Formats: sequence, structure tokens, C-alpha cells
Amino acid sequence: MMLASYATAPTIILDLALMAILIIVAFSIVRMRSLFAIVMLQGVYSLVSAAWFVSLDAVDVAFTEAAVGAGVSTVLMLAAMLLANRKSDPVPISKQIAPLLVVIFAGLAMFYAIGDMPAYGDVNSPANTGVGMDYIDRTTKEIHIPNVVTAVLASYRGYDTFGEAVVIFSAGLGVLLLLGLNGNAGRWTASPSGQNIYPPMAPSANSRLSVSSDNSKSVTSSAVKEPSSSTTRKSKRKRFKDKGNN
Amino acid sequence: MHDPHVILKVISKFLVPFIALFAFYVQFHGDFGPGGGFQAGVILAAAVILYALIFGLDAAKKAFPPSWVRVGMSLGVLLYGGTGVLTWILGGDFLSYGVLAHDPAHGQHYGIIAVELGILCSVTNVMIAIFYAFGSRQPEVDEDNW
Repeated sequence: MMLASYATAPTIILDLALMAILIIVAFSIVRMRSLFAIVMLQGVYSLVSAAWFVSLDAVDVAFTEAAVGAGVSTVLMLAAMLLANRKSDPVPISKQIAPLLVVIFAGLAMFYAIGDMPAYGDVNSPANTGVGMDYIDRTTKEIHIPNVVTAVLASYRGYDTFGEAVVIFSAGLGVLLLLGLNGNAGRWTASPSGQNIYPPMAPSANSRLSVSSDNSKSVTSSAVKEPSSSTTRKSKRKRFKDKGNN
Repeated sequence: MHDPHVILKVISKFLVPFIALFAFYVQFHGDFGPGGGFQAGVILAAAVILYALIFGLDAAKKAFPPSWVRVGMSLGVLLYGGTGVLTWILGGDFLSYGVLAHDPAHGQHYGIIAVELGILCSVTNVMIAIFYAFGSRQPEVDEDNW
């Protein structure tokens, strides 16, 4: 009966359309080889799921998904992609069998668990009977703000949110400790056992300084042969092609 | 030299202030509508990241210096934890904002605003820090190498 009342809701067409788009995007991500297109499609996937969350009345979640999933994580994936090859190598069929089995098994388990899920919008579901109702009642009495989500996150669950803030802080701290704010772009020195090492001599000098030294070298060598001002740009482009083919 | 990104540059220069303004709307309207410190922080960081993507990392580092980032991310967590310590000093439990004002409901408002500001500060600076750290690892990419 719950299912029938859900089916008559006009938003179900929108929900089904959005889910269909999600499936199509997911399959195209799996089929693609170009990492740039894959990163962009992941942003599209996040944006479509955000639209779907809005349709499910989970506006706060949709907001976060659109800002984090479609915005920041796409940019971070792009930055990570620039350090790798532009295309992924095709995986042989023999290596795809085990992942396929895992996916089929997990999918079957999820379909099996659907029977225990409460129907959409069920008033007797755990989310609508437990502590959630209590928060909704007490927010109007104790905190006097309209948005219950903010009240729960910042006040009733303040410890959890403090923990999340510390987690985000430690993530930033870890990145800064490992990479530094400039990505260690040529501004570091190390002195293991009294011997000073600078970026040009470092074994893994793939950063800006090694590039600039490489650039100056190619300029001096090619300036003799070809006295045009576009040599630096040409050599830069060639170097990127080399890097991309590695 | 002819710049192929004139439209992108003009439009994003127009958009960046509005994105930042929207972030602050999300922050300070979080008690009444969807949103809050986390979403606002990510949107504010997205404004800086968009600026960096269009005008280059060096311009973004001039607009939002990396030295702010370290201070900001710690300040955010300190503001959140400091609110909890303040409620301790005023005689309440950790993060029970009711003691911050005579009327417990007003105290809750002050506490929520303080911790949301802490979240905003922390999230914005961490997102920008991660972007700076990853974005500085390779030089600018040519047009035809994407």
C-alpha cells in the first residue's frame, strides 16, 4: 500500500529519470579510457545525485554533494590526473572476472536486503520514530531555530561535528606535512648525514624547479640552432608530450 | 598574443564575488534554510579555486596567501573547541551552549553561530590548502595537452 501511494506521487517520474541518468553516467565512466572525461563525468554524476537528493527532500545533503562532489573533488581529481597518464590502459578480460564476481555478489546482497527496508516515506520507519522525532520536538522548544538539521549538527550532536572538524583539520595537516603548501615546488633542501640536497639533484625531481632547469638547458642548446623566441614554448610543449607518453 | 580564454576570464571575474557572497549567505542563513559552515566553507574555497583555475595559481596565492591557510585551519578548530571550553568555564558541560546567555535559547544561538564560524574557517582553509598543495606539484598545462 505504501508502495502504491509512492507510485502515484508525481515526483517518481523525476526520480526514475535521474536514476536512469546516474546508471548511464556510471556505465560510461566504466567504459571510458580518457581520464579527463572520466573526472568530468564523475562531476556530472555528483551533480545529478545532488538533483536527486533535492527531489528526495534531503536539501542539506544535496547541498554538500553539489559543493564537495561536483565542485572541490572534481578539481582535486583533475590535479591528481595531471600527475598521471591521460589515458588508462585497457584491462584484460581475465583480470575483470574477480571484480565482476564481487560486484554481482554485493549487488545480490543489496537486492536481498531491500525486503527489510522501510517503504519510502513510511511513518513507522526507524528514521521517523526514533530519536529523530525527539530532536524535531525539542528543537522548537529549546533552540528556536527553524532548521532542525543545523540544530542537530551544531548543538545536539556537537561532539560529532567537533570530531568532523578535527578530521578535516588533520586531513589538511597531513597534506601540508607531506606535500607542503607549494607542493614542495623547488623550495626545499634536505641534509641527510651532512650532505645538502637541492631539488635539481633530487632523485625524484619532477616538480617545477627541475622543469625550469630543463627549460633553460633546452633554450641554451637550441638558441644556437634556432634563434626564434618561440623555442621555449616549443620545448615546453614537447616536454609535456613526452611526459604524457610516459 | 591572442588570449583564447577572454570569455572565461570575464565571466569568472564577474562570478567569483557572487560565489563568495553566496557562501556567506549559506553560512549566516544556515539556521533558517539548508546549509551551514561546511557547505559555506566549501563554496568559499570553490571561489578561490575557480579564480586559481582561470587566472593561475600565482594570482590566487596573491589573493589568498598560503600563510593565511595554516593560521586559518587551526583557528577554526580552536574556535570550535574554545566555545566548548568557554561553556566549561561558565559552568556547563562541554559544548552545552545554554550557559552562554541568560536565556538558554539565546545561548544556543550564540553557540551555534560560533561553532559554525569555526567550521567555516577550518573547512575553507583546509580545502584551499589541499588545492594549493596538489596544484603546485606540476607546472601549468598547455591547451592541447588535456
